[in-house]
Amino acid sequence: MTGVEVSLRGLHRRYGQVVALDGLDLTLAPGELVALLGPSGCGKTTTLRLLAGLEDADGGQVTVAGTDITHVPSNRRDMGMVFQAYSLFPHMTVRDNVAFGLKLRRTGRTERERRAMEMLELVSLTEQAGRYAHQLSGGQQQRVALARALAISPKVLLLDEPLSALDAKVRAQLRDEIRRIQLEVGTTTLFVTHDQEEALAIADRVGVMRDGRIEQLGTPTDIYSRPATSFVAEFVGLTNRLHGTVTGGSVDVRGCVLPLANPATQDGEATVLVRPEAVTVTPSGPLTGTVIAVTFLGASSRITVDLGDTTVLAQLPTSDATALPAGSAVSLTIRPDPVLVA
Amino acid sequence: MAAVTGLHARRRRRLNVFRYAVFTVFGLFFLLPLLAMIRFSLEGSTSGSWSLSAWGQIASYAGPPPLLSGVEITLELAVITCLVVLVLLVPTVIWVRLRVRWMTRLIEALCLLPLTIPAIVLVVGLAPIYRVIRQQFSLSALQLFWVYAVLALPYAYRALAAGLEGVDVKTLSEAARSLGAGWITVIWRVIVPNMRQGVLNAMLLTGALVLGEFTIAYLLLYTNLQVTLFYVSRGTPNAGVLFSTSSAALLFAFVLLLILSYVGRRRGGQSERSKVSK
Repeated sequence: MTGVEVSLRGLHRRYGQVVALDGLDLTLAPGELVALLGPSGCGKTTTLRLLAGLEDADGGQVTVAGTDITHVPSNRRDMGMVFQAYSLFPHMTVRDNVAFGLKLRRTGRTERERRAMEMLELVSLTEQAGRYAHQLSGGQQQRVALARALAISPKVLLLDEPLSALDAKVRAQLRDEIRRIQLEVGTTTLFVTHDQEEALAIADRVGVMRDGRIEQLGTPTDIYSRPATSFVAEFVGLTNRLHGTVTGGSVDVRGCVLPLANPATQDGEATVLVRPEAVTVTPSGPLTGTVIAVTFLGASSRITVDLGDTTVLAQLPTSDATALPAGSAVSLTIRPDPVLVA
Repeated sequence: MAAVTGLHARRRRRLNVFRYAVFTVFGLFFLLPLLAMIRFSLEGSTSGSWSLSAWGQIASYAGPPPLLSGVEITLELAVITCLVVLVLLVPTVIWVRLRVRWMTRLIEALCLLPLTIPAIVLVVGLAPIYRVIRQQFSLSALQLFWVYAVLALPYAYRALAAGLEGVDVKTLSEAARSLGAGWITVIWRVIVPNMRQGVLNAMLLTGALVLGEFTIAYLLLYTNLQVTLFYVSRGTPNAGVLFSTSSAALLFAFVLLLILSYVGRRRGGQSERSKVSK
């Protein structure tokens, strides 16, 4: 089954005084995987729950494949969903869990079994078919949940932080597996997460949310390299906030002249957002300071440098960072990538 | 280190001694009267002899009122009351948990109310209602299930609420809904199978309550097992049958308890293992 277009228009939702969604617009192209990313309380889960029909919108419209489903109850929406909490039915075997949706659709027994095993094969869990949820690891349970959601050939796949409860290694594995399966079945997918790495790694497009609206929607590269606002820049990836002076379309930060992402910025004093990987070590740079901490990240390391009146983060290859233990003097420069002013 | 473990061991030993002492005292307190009753029901014609005649009379004691019909009525009442209570309470408890959480306290208070009203007061209120039931429906003592269902509410509610405690009702129901299940399917095929222990406990408590109820049946002029026993005790020189029937009722409740806890344990074992594997 190929994907269908999903469109959310002007969605409003409030809980008492708190506005969870404030006129949210979002369109998912057929077969696309869109990740909604944002801090807790930004409305990303509410968006997903409105699309699933688990909550009612106060205003706005939800259409799937051109059909308005705003007032269709959740059990008639044909959406597969994977939850953050383990959601397998404890009293059923893995196979029965996967076949549950088909049973409700009165699919014949043989067809049901065949489809369930096919789905379990997709998530490489055929050998666990006869087991119960409590006999599986967390990662396996979420894979079964994914198989169960896909078994009904849903129009849309909804993933509500499905990896949050798992440990780091399983999380990365399952993340890649979800993407592989999603590409294979081609179902339009909405993926909600607060983990930026997850969102950037898995999605065709990422929507960064704030206060019930989408602040920026774009490809992972766009979001990371060309953040539209300072909120996006600071939420996605680490960012240095440095003092600078804007003059005629460029900004001077401690002697480094950098182009502006938005040349229309007014001249004057400003706070400039600089990515740690744009800060590099040079033999004699305009910035000088003392290394106060080194964080080992694997292939790269992040060093914290005290510049006297402020600190700056720089990310460099670990081989370079080992030459700079805490306490050593260092000179830095900033690569002239277009920067954003806060 | 060794001293510390020694101290721990000593403390644990003392705790164990205390436990066994408490267990023994209370065990004797509960068991002695029961054993005495069973012993008495096995008493022969002369003091100190043994005989099964009192047990044999359970079936043959013709009354009035006939003993066996009392047993029958009470067993039927137990079954009917259990069903009524479950049909009423299971969906209510789940629905309150799922959709109207703010009503939890209210429902709980309502269900606990029968516990706070003395039976005699209940009867005063119920008498006019039962007059209507007698006139309009039937004279059968089975009609007692109305009031028994009310009496069983506090126990059944607590048991069901506790059974629901360990179930992630919200996630399970949302998962089932997204797969296409209507609310009735969610409740009976997804939630109830996972609160089996709670349902069993509710049934056990309700059943035990009905088996032992005397006051209301007597005051509303119905004849159930306990009322029958009361008449037997007043009208017969042979008290043996009274005690054999009481013992039998007690043993029956005990067996029921064993069965239910055995069935429940098999399930409980599973969920305990699930906690370990996570």
